[in-house]
Amino acid sequence: MMSVLSIKNLEVTFPTPLGDLKAVRGIDLDVEASELMGVVGESGSGKSVTFLAAMGLLPSKARVSGSVTIDGQELIGASSKVIRSVRGKSMSMIFQDPLSALNPVHRVGDQIVEMIQAHSSATDTEAWKRSVELLDIVGIPQPEERASQYPHEFSGGMRQRVVIAMAIANDPKVLIADEPTTALDVTVQAQILEVIQRIQDRFRTAVVLITHDLGVIARVAHRVNVLYAGRNVERATVDELFAHPTHPYTQGLLASLPHEGQRRLTPITGFPPNMLAPPPGCGFAPRCSFVTEECQSALPGMKPFGSSETACTRVDAVSVELSRRGGHG
Amino acid sequence: MTRFIGRRLLWAIPTLLLVTFLVYMALRLGTNPLESYKRINPRASRAKLEQYKKLNGLSDNYVLGYLNWLKNFITFNWPRSIKGSREVFPALKDAMANTIRLGTLASVVGIAVGLFVGIFAALKPGGKRDVAVNTAAFVGISIPPYISAVLLQLLFAVYWGRWFGSSLFPTSGVYPPGHTGFDPLLMLKHMALPTIVVAIQVIATYSRYMRSSLLDVLNSDYMRTARSKGISERRVLFRHGVRNALIPVVTIAALDVGSIVGGLIITENIFDYPGMGRYFLRAFDQGDFPLLMPWMVLVVASVLIFNLIADVSYAYLDPRIRLD
Amino acid sequence: MTEVASISPRQMAFRRFVSHKAAVVCTAILFILVMFVIFSPLTARYGVNESVRKPPNSFLPPQSLAWLGTDDIGRDLYSRLIYGIRVSLIIGFFSAIISVALGCVIGAVAGFRGGRFDDVVMRVTDLFLAFPFLVALLVVRNTIGAVSWLTFFIGDKSSIRFIVFLLALFGWMGVARVVRGQVLSLKEREFIEAARAVGASRRYIITRHLLPNSVGPIMVALTFSVVGSIIAESTLAFFGYGPQAGDGSTSLGVLVGAAKGAVQTGYWWIAVFPCTALVVIALCINFIGDALRDATDPRLDRGE
Repeated sequence: MMSVLSIKNLEVTFPTPLGDLKAVRGIDLDVEASELMGVVGESGSGKSVTFLAAMGLLPSKARVSGSVTIDGQELIGASSKVIRSVRGKSMSMIFQDPLSALNPVHRVGDQIVEMIQAHSSATDTEAWKRSVELLDIVGIPQPEERASQYPHEFSGGMRQRVVIAMAIANDPKVLIADEPTTALDVTVQAQILEVIQRIQDRFRTAVVLITHDLGVIARVAHRVNVLYAGRNVERATVDELFAHPTHPYTQGLLASLPHEGQRRLTPITGFPPNMLAPPPGCGFAPRCSFVTEECQSALPGMKPFGSSETACTRVDAVSVELSRRGGHG
Repeated sequence: MTRFIGRRLLWAIPTLLLVTFLVYMALRLGTNPLESYKRINPRASRAKLEQYKKLNGLSDNYVLGYLNWLKNFITFNWPRSIKGSREVFPALKDAMANTIRLGTLASVVGIAVGLFVGIFAALKPGGKRDVAVNTAAFVGISIPPYISAVLLQLLFAVYWGRWFGSSLFPTSGVYPPGHTGFDPLLMLKHMALPTIVVAIQVIATYSRYMRSSLLDVLNSDYMRTARSKGISERRVLFRHGVRNALIPVVTIAALDVGSIVGGLIITENIFDYPGMGRYFLRAFDQGDFPLLMPWMVLVVASVLIFNLIADVSYAYLDPRIRLD
Repeated sequence: MTEVASISPRQMAFRRFVSHKAAVVCTAILFILVMFVIFSPLTARYGVNESVRKPPNSFLPPQSLAWLGTDDIGRDLYSRLIYGIRVSLIIGFFSAIISVALGCVIGAVAGFRGGRFDDVVMRVTDLFLAFPFLVALLVVRNTIGAVSWLTFFIGDKSSIRFIVFLLALFGWMGVARVVRGQVLSLKEREFIEAARAVGASRRYIITRHLLPNSVGPIMVALTFSVVGSIIAESTLAFFGYGPQAGDGSTSLGVLVGAAKGAVQTGYWWIAVFPCTALVVIALCINFIGDALRDATDPRLDRGE
């Protein structure tokens, strides 16, 4: 299947007073039509920056190289006209905090109308009608009245639904959701995920779900990309990832999830690397219990292992060790 | 919203009464109206003095005196000036008109330019034009208006004449002495210098307000959301950026405009411009109570009204403010 | 793994301040000026009321006898400028200190307690701040000056003490609003909740938690209060309402006031030097205040 969003060798560097911060150091990622791709990583892994770069929403001082194509259209280096025609139409993005994401002085309906009219010649009435429909689709009760209200009159979960409604207004091929549930209560989280799934079923939209929460991934993702220190470390279907993680980082993540009967939590020791001066070899090497000299000297690439792909050069040894220990951890 | 306005107007009345009472007390204490009267009219008879006392509500008891004065004020029974028995209302009306003209012109020009400059600077923070604008604004607010007034006077009255043989902008009054009738062009010529002086301050202040407010807004998440919709950069800037940044600026502007009525004292004094400011200083120096009280009422009323306008406009522009 | 060396917020603020080159230059200028002024008996060439010795000595242009020229009765402008700046700086500084002290107390209590007190304070300061400044200043000046038991404590209308108190009376309002705003935003933070949970008294919370965390905005308010006072004093003096002791002592405002006459007569030094001094002082303090604000305001990423 042809990927609808294709990222190849993306690199993003931010100049700072303390030096160059290499946030993304060569990430490859493909999203296929109608799939829900989970992107997992901790703060600093580059997961958000990758997609902000794809949308062209990084500050101008950021240096971006590599390739990002949506439906065949190259976005890196494209003219602002092209980028603007893609944003909101082929590709939409929603963010973590729904309150600050919506302009507080415009009515919710008007903000959706703006999205619609940016890419179509709909009249005000048509666009308004459509925005009410969209609010209904995402499950907001009494959408006609609610559309005339302001963002502060909605609860957190409702606001996020509004944001989703706005993002799908023009039926995008890809919806990028950057930690959409992190700022919400657990019960509301489930509702939002359900909305996203419903939308995917109905409109066959590809969804990229960026998160650090493995529980969310387990719930809704089809395939998963794990990122660490600005690079890919593992790529697998969601079942494979949880059953047979191949990279020590993934294993560490899974092991750190609290399970029943556990008396002490098992975090991953150490700290994420300083992206101003990342280690020369594998980014995870300083924290890895399987580390060798070779790991620390060369940047590993992704290689297939079983039905997954992994960046661990010692994956054979690692998986043997793990099955000896009995599963993950 | 109408309920809010109604309630505020209702509150405004006791506030107005209270403040005018305080002003009454302050003026009586501070300018000593009876002594001033005697000083200006040393040969006034006792009867005249008594009449002055009665008309101005200057009885010994402050509260009774105030009520007396209030009665006279409301019934338009305004006493005349202690100097030359001038009628108050026409003089006040003219002064008010002149100040409104000057104030409005300077405010409109100043705020418009200031906002534009502020936006201009905020677009590239830290860049060369931002630094230039910031510095200029700083210099603008660091030069007290009377200094720029005097300097401009020096420049145009003395030196321009010396170098070019005739003065470009007159430096005093509204019309040349002896002029009658209404001549807008001539009036504008006379207003040019005072307007520049006031406008400098206004531009400096508002460019900083706008820049600061816009920078705050530009850093907000909803700007990123707006961009992610794929709308044009100009629309993002104006419909989302400037629109939101204007909220605090408009509120401040409303308050500033409210204080214009009594606020151009320095400029008017230096350019000998016959507005509310000059009126006040002369009356104040003389201790001319009958001239001062109506002036005060006008200024207080203006401040209260524009306070209300500021609150209302804030609520209108920002729906998050719940008016209760 | 590389660890980032930790520096305290105070050090960070100091570094940020120092990165504003203009502010550093201004601090240096002000420092030199203050030194000049403190050592005034040494740095001034004549007494403040002393005529330059050569008759006729009025309105002499700048020359070796009088570096900045002389005024209408032959006094050295340079020396008078030094003494005048001293007076203005004293007035500015002390009235600012009182304003800030008062404003902190009132603002902190208003912000912390809320309720009626806060409402009243807010409305009063709202009205006062919206009222035309000079008018209020003049009226209050006269009113207070007429109340004999007040003048007993703070001096006669034309004394320096009086002006300091007068300006402080107007200055506290702006500071109170700033402090109140800070307190309001800090009040809901968790470390305050924690303090409350441990049973800290209101006064303890205000003095040991809220105020220290507001040091940044308070310092900024102090700086702008100083420059505001200096300009206000000079405006008063310009119109003849400034400090006037009979012994010829002067302030910056009085000296600038003399510039009015210079327009017609062409004695440019009477106008240029005091005006420049005032503008330079105001500019420097403003720059410093602005840099302080940038340094202590934790809003980074303003395009730097």
